[in-house]
Amino acid sequence: MTEIMLKVEKLVKKFGGLTATDSLDFDVREGEIHAIIGPNGAGKTTLIHQLSGLLKPDSGSIQFDGKEINNLSAPQRCLEGLVRSYQITSIFKDFTVLNNVAMSIQACEGHSFRFWHSADKDISLAEKAMKVLIETKLEEKANVLADNLAHGEQRQLEIAMAIATSPKMLLLDEPMAGMGPEESSSVTKFLQSMKYKYTMLLIEHDMNAVFALADRITVLVYGKSIACGIPEEIRSNKEVRAAYLGNG
Amino acid sequence: MPVIAPAIGQEFYTDVFARIMIVTIAAISLNFIMGYGGMISFGHAIFVGIGGYSVGILASHGIESAYIQWPIGILMSGLFALIIGAISLRTRGVYFIMITLAFAQMMYFLSVSVEKYGSDDGLTIDSRSDFGLSFFDLNDSMTMYYLAFVLMISCLYINFRIVNSRFGRVLRAGKSNNERMTTIGYPTFRYKLVAFVIAGMMCGLSGLLTANFEDFVSPDMLFWTFSGELIFMVVLGGMGTVMGPLGGAMIFLFLSEILSNITDAWHLIFGPFLILVVLFARGGVDGFLKKYEGPK
Repeated sequence: MTEIMLKVEKLVKKFGGLTATDSLDFDVREGEIHAIIGPNGAGKTTLIHQLSGLLKPDSGSIQFDGKEINNLSAPQRCLEGLVRSYQITSIFKDFTVLNNVAMSIQACEGHSFRFWHSADKDISLAEKAMKVLIETKLEEKANVLADNLAHGEQRQLEIAMAIATSPKMLLLDEPMAGMGPEESSSVTKFLQSMKYKYTMLLIEHDMNAVFALADRITVLVYGKSIACGIPEEIRSNKEVRAAYLGNG
Repeated sequence: MPVIAPAIGQEFYTDVFARIMIVTIAAISLNFIMGYGGMISFGHAIFVGIGGYSVGILASHGIESAYIQWPIGILMSGLFALIIGAISLRTRGVYFIMITLAFAQMMYFLSVSVEKYGSDDGLTIDSRSDFGLSFFDLNDSMTMYYLAFVLMISCLYINFRIVNSRFGRVLRAGKSNNERMTTIGYPTFRYKLVAFVIAGMMCGLSGLLTANFEDFVSPDMLFWTFSGELIFMVVLGGMGTVMGPLGGAMIFLFLSEILSNITDAWHLIFGPFLILVVLFARGGVDGFLKKYEGPK
């Protein structure tokens, strides 16, 4: 049995009368891609917000790499190696692609209270950022303003920024959101190649991608896990079909 | 410009330029947090006031040494920036604007109410800061002028270095997308706070110069209208540009000087002009120039 990287127990988050996360339990093993699927409003993004530290759960525990992280701030969690990407692209639009990634790298190199030396002339910073861009096939766009990238490329950059923090685990919030089938399959391939390098929690609507990538799938409905298992089990689960997959 | 004015030899122009340069320092410091960091402080004049009153109050107690007045003025500005920043930087957007304004108004009413230091009549400074050097006497208008010049250039340079450093990148990226900064590992609050304190100290320096230049401090220095004027200078010159504050302060002060000589109702012309700038020259003067420079 491989080690458990992320363990969520009895997680609860309520917004007024709405229970967005309802006593949720699941775990993610080291090296695995664990997908979370569910209809709109199932509480998937709320879950990522809680895991990444942007929202505080009402109760329950989140353990990462054997450590309780519920009281860590968002930046602290990132530095521990748990980093997220965004469903709605969240980049520094007025920075170049290279510098977007450089911000992630700079974050891991200790404090940034360095006031005098030009960051543009910091060759090691740029080199490390370039390495990530090559890994994510964005190297040709290095000096383009992030705002001027095509949608698909911005989505790639979104993931590149997460990877550049040298994480142990990625929380991917709909990495294929708004992509055409072609782009989507290239991202699937990319994630496939990143497998085993990073543990991943994948939230995605694109079922082809999910079934191609995931080792295990958890199905979330109204904040509750109604099923968890390997893709074949999920595909044949009646409850899941009724709630989500339709009859197809 | 710095060399020309004295060369013309007219004291009027040296005075005008000295005033512009002193105000520019305050504008640089506001641009540092507003243009690069996205922190729209509507109470920035507070630090001009603190710098100014440090000179005024100490002088009224007979302490005229610059080596006491200036460090105290800058440290007090930094200390107040630390306190105000620690509270107001927990809010964003309009709330940040309102809370900084509230702090500045609090200090304004404090300065109005303390009779010992002149209340709303202000406080006349009998003697300018004493550097104890025979060749460096602030009572000499040229010395004052060059001091303002050197300090303004220094502030421009310091600002230039900081905004291009790693710290500066954190500041600019935080303006661009604060939430993403936190999720890639930056505790953004402390970076903003440090930037706020740096800006406060720099603005305090402008206040120290103002007090010496005018031989007078008054609550007007920290009234909200002056904070608003500073914001306008920064917008006018082009937010987030190195030279913007200088251009903005020059145009703002020149225009108000010229227009107020032509007519008493000069605000009627000045107001619409400012509106036009905001509407049509988004990047301020700097952006306007870049647009017409053409492609290189």
